[in-house]
Amino acid sequence: MIFNGKAIKYGDNVDTDVIIPARYLNTSDHKELASHCMEDIDRDFTKKVQSGDIMIAGFNFGCGSSREHAPIAIKASGISLVIARSFARIFYRNSINIGLAILECDEAVDGISEGDKVEADLDNGIIYNRTTGKSFKTQPFPAFIQEIITNGGLVSSIQKGVIK
Amino acid sequence: MAMTMTQKILAKHAGLDSVEAGQLVLVGLDRVLGNDITSPVAIKEFQKIGATQVFDKDKVTMVMDHFAPNKDIKAAIQCKMCRDFCDAHEVTHFYDVGQMGIEHALLPEKGLVVPGDVVIGADSHTCTYGALGAFSTGVGSTDMACGMATGKAWFKVPSAIKFVLKGKLNKYVSGKDVILHIIGKIGVDGALYKSMEFVGEGVKSLTVFDRLTISNMAIEAGAKNGIFEVDEQTVAYVKERSDREFTAYTADEDAVYDETYEIDLSQIQSTVAFPHLPENTRTFDEIGDIKIDQVVIGSCTNGHYKDLEEAAEILKGKKVAKRVRAIVIPATQDIYLKAVENGLVKTFIEAGCIVSTPTCGPCLGGYMGILAAGERAVATTNRNFVGRMGDVKSEVYLASPAVAAASAIAGKIASPLEV
Repeated sequence: MIFNGKAIKYGDNVDTDVIIPARYLNTSDHKELASHCMEDIDRDFTKKVQSGDIMIAGFNFGCGSSREHAPIAIKASGISLVIARSFARIFYRNSINIGLAILECDEAVDGISEGDKVEADLDNGIIYNRTTGKSFKTQPFPAFIQEIITNGGLVSSIQKGVIK
Repeated sequence: MAMTMTQKILAKHAGLDSVEAGQLVLVGLDRVLGNDITSPVAIKEFQKIGATQVFDKDKVTMVMDHFAPNKDIKAAIQCKMCRDFCDAHEVTHFYDVGQMGIEHALLPEKGLVVPGDVVIGADSHTCTYGALGAFSTGVGSTDMACGMATGKAWFKVPSAIKFVLKGKLNKYVSGKDVILHIIGKIGVDGALYKSMEFVGEGVKSLTVFDRLTISNMAIEAGAKNGIFEVDEQTVAYVKERSDREFTAYTADEDAVYDETYEIDLSQIQSTVAFPHLPENTRTFDEIGDIKIDQVVIGSCTNGHYKDLEEAAEILKGKKVAKRVRAIVIPATQDIYLKAVENGLVKTFIEAGCIVSTPTCGPCLGGYMGILAAGERAVATTNRNFVGRMGDVKSEVYLASPAVAAASAIAGKIASPLEV
């Protein structure tokens, strides 16, 4: 599983209220949620994000509400992977469940700047910064987690018989 | 193997003699909860799995509280989807307008959680029921869907932080000040992935409602759950509402904790969390002159009868300051009725407050009290993130009901000792 994209970077404690403000929770339509993703922290996010882009953040990413709309909005906006120093626990669980790839890696967060071209090889646990030429080691993604993500989330994986 | 309270409950529900931190376990669920925002997503997933019935119609619970009474057409569609699902599956505990309250005040009040239970809820403040000695935690809609279908959920057994409470709270200081004090100390990720376990002789001096407020905000320190030792007060509270048998778990004496904090309740002062994180706490010696536009007294954190009583005591015979909107929201229909019968509602209205039907409304910036750019609110709610109650340039200051009431009168953030 390899992801390629440009980095979009944020700080610590990015909460679910800025990822998808509650005023938009009267829908569960993925595209509509994506159209408001990050708008309270970064008005330009939806304009600059391109399919495959990689979000980089600090500590405690996704803190706050249990709304699954948050990882759904990020994924539907085109983000392929979120790399943070740490994730809030409900967000972590929700992301895997809906099929959004996420991983923790301090070195990558330190060594990647906004706009850098990033390649993440999750089979081998290596993240490359193609702009600076640096690379960072991380834990390889376990096979069953990769299967959940490749198949679009836990429920789709159960449906397809990948996870029993 | 010595275990914490949380570990014992998880072991029991996994059918194991013991568990240890880090172990993955599949546990049986005593209750699966959702609200009008998270349930529609879960219902879609439930249908996708191909499930035809819920695992137990008495154990699935849905509460229409976030955008109910319906704030707009889309909210109406979401509530209708929940209503139709609960009708089709004959869900016993479906709470709609007229019976509903804010979920985390309603479930304890209705006796739907007893000590030793395992509860998952698609709402982050599901951790509230730890106050009653249950393991309860927030999950997403997919976990809710799988929980509704199978009656099971998997967990990584958490390690824990122990808080040993001693002493008694001073007048006008309550559970909200205790939990804000703790979050100020350990930070918004201070208990990430862990249990917070509250023990010690000081627990006895806290009412069940103070404990509900404290456990409610365990998630604001990143915790998986926040649990109290069961005592006579818990037993009395639960027995009044439920005839189910229950088990009160205590931690083994030699249980391992990552950290232990001693908290002297008599030293805790009224505490306010400044924007935009619950960890930005200050006491009144560091607050200064901060003018406000709105006060909200309510929410799953502080919408209990006791909270309204504390606010009413301060507001009685006084007036809300000019240009301050004070919004009081009893958390359940029973609390509302009691507040009417005992004259609290009269006190609030005479002081210039409005009193609303139960709803989460303003807490999450849904409706019923949205802030414009540049406006500030003192709220007894649980989060003060950017844009939480409205415009991204508005501000929320988290405080106790007593501080919120005093602030409404003063027109600025004020200590109950000042008004």
